Amino acid sequence: MRYIEPHAHMVSRTTDDYVAMVTAGCKAVCEPAFWAGFDRSSSKGFYDYFRQLTEYEPARAAKFHLPHFSWLCINPKESEDLVLANEVIDLIPEFLDKPNVLGIGEIGLNKNSRNEMTILERHVDLAAQHQQLILVHTPHLEDKLKGTQLIVDLIKSDSRIDPSRVLIDHVEEHTVKYVMDAGMWGGITLYPESKATSPRAIDMIEAYGADRLWMNSACDWGVSVPLAVPYAAMEMRRRGYDDETIDQVFYKTPLAFLSQSQNFKLN
Amino acid sequence: MKPAKPQNPVDLYFMDARSKLIDIAAFMDRVEREGATDDFRYQAFLEALKELGQADRARSVLLSLSDPTKELIPAATTKAACGAWPGKG
Ligand SMILES: [Zn+2]
Repeated sequence: MRYIEPHAHMVSRTTDDYVAMVTAGCKAVCEPAFWAGFDRSSSKGFYDYFRQLTEYEPARAAKFHLPHFSWLCINPKESEDLVLANEVIDLIPEFLDKPNVLGIGEIGLNKNSRNEMTILERHVDLAAQHQQLILVHTPHLEDKLKGTQLIVDLIKSDSRIDPSRVLIDHVEEHTVKYVMDAGMWGGITLYPESKATSPRAIDMIEAYGADRLWMNSACDWGVSVPLAVPYAAMEMRRRGYDDETIDQVFYKTPLAFLSQSQNFKLN
Repeated sequence: MKPAKPQNPVDLYFMDARSKLIDIAAFMDRVEREGATDDFRYQAFLEALKELGQADRARSVLLSLSDPTKELIPAATTKAACGAWPGKG
């Protein structure tokens, strides 16, 4: 099979993971900017991180013949500090011309606080000004429902943003319809405990179709599985899906969304 | 979307669901045995179990465990979520 991994934090993974992904049929990996597991002490830490995402990591992936793309932002977990967050956002425009940058992400909310919303609004404005795609992280667990609705409503209220250029990630059964009804795309994250399992992800795709829903591993430094996407493809096969449908879900659908960025080119 | 060759979901998933069901039962026995039933997360868990009695269960369980409020909070004092909404109890 061939597939696209639309959400993976490869800076936190080993080269063994690159080998395994490419062996499983991965044709491209997309890496959103995220929280490092600790708060960075200054915007200089983000400057280096953006260089890593736009220079070093694509070169590392290229050693395994895997095209690597990235999204830039300050994540909502570090948005409570408005001074830091504004400094980081000011750094982003100079990186938007890098050849592997797809857009602004993963932005969003974490605890649904006022400062998080202020910084989310700045990111959305940045995306609108520079005609960038948007990738959204929705909050965890009990905060997801409220956060998803707040985020979708904010983006919908900005007439400069075309909803078909927005992907709302980490949807679950209680948020997927809100995202689909808004005309946006949805990402289903395959995690061993939180977010969704493969059977639940496939249930959602059976209910809402694969036109605007993709699956990702969101693998990072935490409990996560870098091969979760091809494992979900195996689960679809177990359910009786044919190769054509599996190719649609795991390759053509993410390709359709990501190809809205001129920078998303596969060899 | 439906598979070309639909499989019996009970054949596919019964053993997995059976195992998870017994794990839930053992978890509840353990919490009771250790006298931790007052924990708001456990109370939220018991509430969410009631959602299994009707259709649309996955969505209903998730809604039951969610913060139902609409307003932004003044400030984030933690980064973590715990899986149940503390405001319910
Ligand atoms: Zn992520």
